[in-house]
Amino acid sequence: MGIKINSDDTIAAISTAMGTGGIGIIRISGNDAFKIADKIFKNKKGNIHDLKSHTINYGHITYNDEIIDEVLVSVMKSPNTYTKEDVIEINCHGGIKSTEKVLECVLKSGARMAEPGEFTKRAFLNGRIDLSQAEAVIDIINSKNDMAHKAAVSRLDGKLSRKVKKCRENILLMLAHIEAAIDYPEHDDEMMTYDMIEKGCYDLKEEINRLLDTADTGKIIREGINTVIIGRPNVGKSSLLNYLIDEERAIVTDIPGTTRDIIKEYININGITLNIIDTAGIRETEDTIEKMGVEKSKNYAKDAELIFMMIDGSKELSDEDRKILESVRDKKKIIIVNKCDLEKKADIREIENYTDKKYIVEMSVKEDIGTEKLYEIIKEMFFAGKIFGNDDIFISSERNKQSLLKAVKYIDNVMETVENKMPEDFISMDLTEAYSALGEITGESLEEDIIDKIFSEFCLGK
Amino acid sequence: MEENYDVVVVGAGHAGCEAALAASRMGFKTVIFAINLDSIAMMPCNPNVGGTSKGHLVREIDALGGEMGKNIDKTYIQTRMLNTSKGPAVYSLRAQADKAKYHTEMKKTLENQENLDIIQGEIIDIFVEDGRVCGVKSESGIIYKCRAVVLCMGTYLKARCLYGDTIIQSGPNGLRQATELSKCLKELGITIFRFKTGTPARVDKNSIDFSKMKEQKGDDTIVPFSFENNSKDIEREQVSCYLTYTNEETHRIIRENLDRSPLYSGVIDGVGPRYCPSIEDKVVRFADKDRHQIFVEPEGEDTNEMYIQGMSSSLPADVQIAMYRTLPGLENCKIMRHAYAIEYDCIDATQLKLSLEFKNIKGLFSAGQFNGTSGYEEAAAQGIIAGINAALSLKGREPLIIDRSEGYIGVLIDDIVTKGSKEPYRMMTSRAEYRLLLRQDNADLRLTQKGYEVGLVTKERYDAFIEKKEKIEKEIKRIKKVSFGPTEEVNSLLEKNDSMPIDNGMKLTDLIKRTELTYDLLKDIDKERPELSDDIREQVNIQVKYEGYIERQMNQVEQFKKAEAKKIPENIDYSEVKGLRIEARQKLEKIRPVSIGHASRIAGISPADISMLMFHLNY
Repeated sequence: MGIKINSDDTIAAISTAMGTGGIGIIRISGNDAFKIADKIFKNKKGNIHDLKSHTINYGHITYNDEIIDEVLVSVMKSPNTYTKEDVIEINCHGGIKSTEKVLECVLKSGARMAEPGEFTKRAFLNGRIDLSQAEAVIDIINSKNDMAHKAAVSRLDGKLSRKVKKCRENILLMLAHIEAAIDYPEHDDEMMTYDMIEKGCYDLKEEINRLLDTADTGKIIREGINTVIIGRPNVGKSSLLNYLIDEERAIVTDIPGTTRDIIKEYININGITLNIIDTAGIRETEDTIEKMGVEKSKNYAKDAELIFMMIDGSKELSDEDRKILESVRDKKKIIIVNKCDLEKKADIREIENYTDKKYIVEMSVKEDIGTEKLYEIIKEMFFAGKIFGNDDIFISSERNKQSLLKAVKYIDNVMETVENKMPEDFISMDLTEAYSALGEITGESLEEDIIDKIFSEFCLGK
Repeated sequence: MEENYDVVVVGAGHAGCEAALAASRMGFKTVIFAINLDSIAMMPCNPNVGGTSKGHLVREIDALGGEMGKNIDKTYIQTRMLNTSKGPAVYSLRAQADKAKYHTEMKKTLENQENLDIIQGEIIDIFVEDGRVCGVKSESGIIYKCRAVVLCMGTYLKARCLYGDTIIQSGPNGLRQATELSKCLKELGITIFRFKTGTPARVDKNSIDFSKMKEQKGDDTIVPFSFENNSKDIEREQVSCYLTYTNEETHRIIRENLDRSPLYSGVIDGVGPRYCPSIEDKVVRFADKDRHQIFVEPEGEDTNEMYIQGMSSSLPADVQIAMYRTLPGLENCKIMRHAYAIEYDCIDATQLKLSLEFKNIKGLFSAGQFNGTSGYEEAAAQGIIAGINAALSLKGREPLIIDRSEGYIGVLIDDIVTKGSKEPYRMMTSRAEYRLLLRQDNADLRLTQKGYEVGLVTKERYDAFIEKKEKIEKEIKRIKKVSFGPTEEVNSLLEKNDSMPIDNGMKLTDLIKRTELTYDLLKDIDKERPELSDDIREQVNIQVKYEGYIERQMNQVEQFKKAEAKKIPENIDYSEVKGLRIEARQKLEKIRPVSIGHASRIAGISPADISMLMFHLNY
């Protein structure tokens, strides 16, 4: 069990996506939430403790007599709060920098930085929400863009549940047939033939695989695409990064130590998040990045899901370009031939040896040429060009994906058993497992299901 | 007047007999009460023992040192192994019993059992002092002091039988009901449920035209229920059963008279079992089925009574005769005993521990149909466990608890004390998660050790069991080393058995795994093979042939055992467990599970509740 409860301490975090809009909300939860807020919040009405619960109060955050931001503070007394603990929410108006500053004050005044999802964890531990709701909420929190949000919300709505339930219903029907035949050997109802079971399994597997196909999409939607920009010095890597950052309206910068250990830039393009890995600080100094040679490129490229390989189109392909291209031959990549506003000297046909033509884009970062095409290519690469509507289901949790994979494995076992003409009993064993695996997603177990099904489907008994 | 015993068993049906025999055989002075001694081990419903999953139970009872298997082996009149095409785990042995002989033989066994007294009479009171049972009182006013009581009242308590609009205050088969104990149990804080079941009519054999029915003969090869019997020793002439069907006319009569059925007119308030539906239930619920199977089974060799399986009913007698006479072969039938529904008091079994002792009363055990189950075998299975545990408690030893991975008995008891039941509980193979391991053929390998440890299995039997076990292991070890080249001898044997010839060397075990082959079929090419008995060869074949599946199931069992090993202390205060939902807390308080695994099987306990519990217990 990984649950750690420190009910004594008070946690705080920025609870809005950073940078989206002007308002940042800092949430504080725990026994000392009011005490901590009192230390830094100044208003005309006096202490937080004297304020009525569930009110919003105007005032200032001050620290060491310095006014940090003009804020609205919501005061919510336990237990009618999200976590069932005392909760303070500070609405800051000053954008990212001042929101971060206010958080810093809160932390210095005695709160602990919340772990991702910890508010929800507390809500769950304090009995406010159940496990499946908690997971969906955590997915919403962790989702970094609209599409991810949509996937998490639709899971809350139970779209995935409905699909999975349908699969389970089909398995249950097969099981009921087999089990009824086993428990009532003399019964004369028409029972399922092996052909019917085989067909049933085949259909099931198709359906589950369809769900699984959305799993990777789900992950990408939720977590973004780990992207790295590589290329030899002076091809325009940092310009591209800066361009993307400027283009993007919602940059999310991780607060060090709060989530992951690697610092990334989250860039949201048309609803797709690129996590551009700051390869030793692309932006820090041109020097560092320009020192990045073939070896380093390889290293960074190793874990990337998408590589922007940049080439200076105004120069002929160099041996170094070729070496870098060679080093990422098997990776998912887009080759960006930069500086296309200048005279083209690079041989595009040679570059085509390294990737499919459609993944090569001629660009000029400086003149804003080709960037739209870059976005199109990304979309086509990861989402097969599909624009997602409201009805799409994404498997966006690793746990659900694992459960589906397990189900497929058991269905494969069933098909093998059928193929080997093993007796019915062996079919039932794996079908039951597949049924349970799918039940992990919907939170249901076998219990009396099978018995109920048998007696509702068949007229049995002495 | 006062008498002194160690153990009192109330009721001498299938549960009571096993309980009394177990306790007395384990050395305790035991007395068993029956409302009528002519009803000892009576079969008031179907005339058979065994069948799917029930046959497994009988073999497990036998492995533990119980009596049911031996008794049916003495008194069967037909035997069949069912499901032989569906996998070894669901092979099911079923025997038609001579009901009268079954009773006589069991009574004889009880009568001749050392340490065991048999008394006719109703028990009307149970005495409890300081939360511990200390005696019972019979209707004749005699007080029987004791240290443990096993309740096995079956369907007798406050029973009433319904024949349409005719309601008779009686126990099964016209026997006297027991009226007093319900009140006493309620006063002891025990929750009483009201269940219902039923039985079909018995028809005079001489009034049946069997030529219009399909005959069903017994198997040529006799497989005994008891591991201590050999088929040759119990061979005898077998009698046949017959199959016929209902038809539209039958259904019409039923539908037209539904208002006279107490089931549909609302007179019955007991809850009936789905798997034992009355014929009117079948016709109403499965209206599109144009016929239902009806089996005609002999009740014994010395009687003309035939049991009409599939036609249990609570319709009035005049409707019964009309509808029975629509069946091919039964046109002129004469009913000797009418079908009836019976309602009775039973307990909510979730008040029991896994040992079948009441949670709130030390020394008070309960078993059988009175626990809300149905079936002779289910009753006997609980009976032997309750008897053993009553005796073990007097010895100050830990109770015998068979878990879900060790036997159907374990599944049965765990189910009824953990999940509770809203209808009479019937054992089914579908209820056993690990049934590939819980086969009827290996019940001895699973449970003889336990039977020996509690003292019900003799040293002699135990030694023979150990020898068998070793022989199986040795032979499996040997054949795992045997392999063949593609010789003419090998391939001609394979071809003879419609099996693909081999091109390269192949292991014997891989050949056994082929669907069309068995250990026995490959005998001729396996030169070093020792002479082994049928049961040993069967084990070798099954264990090798289905090795992959068995191993996977063993992995599942390992997971199961992990959760079972996470114990919950008996004195846990659930109000201290953070984050539990109120209803979860109430359920846990009621069931008081012994382990995390056990808790997870309680209906309505969610994975989140389990997480909270595990966190609280530092697992």
